[in-house]
Amino acid sequence: MRLLTHNMLSSNIKGVTNGFPLRIEVEKVVEKQVDFNPNFLKNMFSKIDYKALLEASRIMGYAELPDHADPSSLESDDFLRRFHHALLQLHLEEGSLVCPETGRKFPVNKGIPNMLLHEDEV
Amino acid sequence: MTSRPELQAPPEVFYNDEEARKYTSSSRIIDIQAQLSQRALELLALPDDGVPKLLLDIGCGSGLSGETLTENGHQWIGWDISPSMLNVALEREAGGDLVLGDMGQGLGVRPGVIDGAISISAVQWLCNADKSCHEPRKRLKAFFESLYRCLARGARAVFQVYPENLAQRELILGYAMRSGFAGGVVVDFPHSTKRRKEYLVLTCGPPSLSSATPKAEGEDEESCSDEGSEDEENQTVSISDRHRPRKKQKLNKKVKGREWVLRKKEQKRRKGNAVPLDTKYTARKRKARF
Ligand SMILES: C[S@@+](CC[C@H](N)C(=O)[O-])C[C@H]1O[C@@H](n2cnc3c(N)ncnc32)[C@H](O)[C@@H]1O
Repeated sequence: MRLLTHNMLSSNIKGVTNGFPLRIEVEKVVEKQVDFNPNFLKNMFSKIDYKALLEASRIMGYAELPDHADPSSLESDDFLRRFHHALLQLHLEEGSLVCPETGRKFPVNKGIPNMLLHEDEV
Repeated sequence: MTSRPELQAPPEVFYNDEEARKYTSSSRIIDIQAQLSQRALELLALPDDGVPKLLLDIGCGSGLSGETLTENGHQWIGWDISPSMLNVALEREAGGDLVLGDMGQGLGVRPGVIDGAISISAVQWLCNADKSCHEPRKRLKAFFESLYRCLARGARAVFQVYPENLAQRELILGYAMRSGFAGGVVVDFPHSTKRRKEYLVLTCGPPSLSSATPKAEGEDEESCSDEGSEDEENQTVSISDRHRPRKKQKLNKKVKGREWVLRKKEQKRRKGNAVPLDTKYTARKRKARF
């Protein structure tokens, strides 16, 4: 699972009002090469919660994203490359996603988060 | 005896390791799913700007539908309830991120971030109650509401579905409309039992020009020699404005007024029939207590 997906997922357990961002617990991170597409990144930027991405990338062991970014950052090729790496090339292979409100863990195995809810969580 | 997988077992049981492998090694299925996905992508009508989009593939299975999205350059997140199908998707390196999840529990995705969604041969599964706690209506509602929420305004969702019957299609579409979607059904090759394919084309947000239901394929073709396909003369079945409650639409359908009655009576008189006189009581509604 890439941080792009982490940035979109939110805990939808019954009664939870703010399930975003899910906290990441890392057991294993892998990196995969992906084609660099500035247009996609520029288009995506407005939808990304940058603070959540920043924190997630640090937990995943990547410290190269700047503390702050705004649309003007997209003019910098250097920023785009870092943004690209954080968003698309870092994968959480094993670990958990933790609901920020309830602490419920969603396990991640072979890169697939298990977001199935128990009966009493629906 | 039934050939509908939906009636045999819950999806996560039906699509076990063996079935997942069988499904994904049939070149016939691979071809069909690719064609359906290509058509769904076309119906999504994404802006033609060459910029890759972030899409959802709901009921992504072993990634056959997602591969079409990858080939067209898009990023996607696939959602499926069957671990076996997702395992095959991993092996095939389908290209998207995968989530093990039940669409009937609603999609846990942030609001307004997704550019479009497709679902190929999956949503009809929601109409079954596979567990005692399952209520299909609640699950349809949870699914469509969460989908509506996570799509960007103006974005589309296109579902190729195999409804068991008309009622099931109406049920699915009804919940989509109630969740705020506008849109309708596109039926490709309506005259052929074999090639006939149904797509729900849903637009998120108020109806506009862009939410007009697109044209179906193969509509004008001669019937492909199979009988029994005239049961529904389906051209594109467009569903009317979602802002109008369905009940109201039905109401004023068949109520015929006094004018109509008077006209009919006059016609009968001209034909020489014995017709009661017109009075102030003609065509009045009877009291409920009669
Ligand atoms: C016929 S397969 C289609 C798979 C893929 N879309 C394709 O085109 O090859 C239907 C898929 O829907 C999935 N499915 C059924 N019910 C589901 C649910 N409630 N939530 C998520 N996926 C579901 C099944 O596990 C199965 O993988």
